[in-house]
Amino acid sequence: MFQRLKTLKESPSQTAGPYVHIGATPNWVEITGVWEEDLGLVLIGPDTRGERIIIKGRVFDGSGTPLKDALIEIWQADADGLYNSPEERRGKADPNFVGWGRQPTDGVTGEYRFETIKPGRVPYKDGRLMAPHITFWIVARGINIGLHTRLYFGDEEAANAECPVLARIEHKHRVQTLIAARSEEKGLPTYTFDIHLQGEKETVFFDI
Amino acid sequence: MSDQGSFYQRDRSWHPAAFTPQYKTSVLRSPQYPLLSLENTISEMTGPRFGHNKIGPLDNDLIRNYAKTGDPIGQRIIVYGRVLDENARPVPGALLEFWQANAGGRYRHKKETYLAALDPNFGGCGRTITDEEGRYWFRTIKPGAYPWPNGVNDWRPAHIHFSIFGHAFAQRLITQMYFEGDPMIWQCPIVSTIPDKAGIEMLIASLDRNATLPMDSLAYKFDIVLRGRRSTMFENRMEGN
Repeated sequence: MFQRLKTLKESPSQTAGPYVHIGATPNWVEITGVWEEDLGLVLIGPDTRGERIIIKGRVFDGSGTPLKDALIEIWQADADGLYNSPEERRGKADPNFVGWGRQPTDGVTGEYRFETIKPGRVPYKDGRLMAPHITFWIVARGINIGLHTRLYFGDEEAANAECPVLARIEHKHRVQTLIAARSEEKGLPTYTFDIHLQGEKETVFFDI
Repeated sequence: MSDQGSFYQRDRSWHPAAFTPQYKTSVLRSPQYPLLSLENTISEMTGPRFGHNKIGPLDNDLIRNYAKTGDPIGQRIIVYGRVLDENARPVPGALLEFWQANAGGRYRHKKETYLAALDPNFGGCGRTITDEEGRYWFRTIKPGAYPWPNGVNDWRPAHIHFSIFGHAFAQRLITQMYFEGDPMIWQCPIVSTIPDKAGIEMLIASLDRNATLPMDSLAYKFDIVLRGRRSTMFENRMEGN
């Protein structure tokens, strides 16, 4: 005999399927009039504090073909490195920045795009600062359980070099898969973050 | 909340693996490198919260929220349940989103080409937020089975997709609900990506005659379990000092 632990099992994940947009971004697939605006499309307003940036990219499968039916969610800190969440106990985040966004990849080109602000640094468990980053969650047809990864910024070399999470990647050449290259678009810093699900350029995904 | 810490490790042998070749699309969309284990940081232990102000009065009523000329055609049902964590505690304030095909198995999506007809009074999307006890409910039409190009004669069982936000990004989950007694469940290559029969059974909603509205709607009960979290008494403090 033994004492049973009083824990439940987590509900198993299933793929989001090809029609995830019906539930996540109905207006985007022309299901209009049910709710006014799709959640997560707009992250920033005139009162949001911080440096405006664009992040964009595509998600590629193991054959190098971009996914045209993926859904990407991002979660990030505000410009001061605080999360807009009741679990945040270090201070009060910018009330004009939720920090969460959601975009489908384009049905023709496969590109996704967010207009947001550059996040401040937040601490790792031991108090060391992590480099500025944005958490990504990717779901799609063919993905059985959502994939977590992080975008880091190509113009934050010093911070990236001391980030305790990036330091945990054993195969150093793979660190580059998390670093978005900076360019300019419409006068805004623009970071391109392509995600490779499989193969030689495979992005680092986390079990969090 | 103040005594809560990181989340229990996800049991990846309970969830579907990434590479499940009977579900063909997973073959090229599954990472080959192992996932990099990352103990929760504050980036994973926080997450967006959604207020009731975003939710309209018909958002959890799929019978009415797209109706143009009358009610949609099909079996009227109520789906209800609770969102709990692995400690069996309710998860209040959780945003649930759901989407589904109509009674004939047809989705309202521009890339959908199945020959079954659209229902002019059915959109197929809904959402709600759990109450203080983690409870939710919505009203809809029971979806039909649906053919898909995987094997030459593969059909999805009747199902409703669920997207769930808990209290942290680490709890984010998308899954599917199936219906008690449906023989198609046990023939589906997507269902069978879940390795354990008991895991599959967690996704099968039970018919609940006691919650049924007589002369109106059948009812199905579907509870959802999100990751539980530790007490911080076993952990370093977040600030690490």
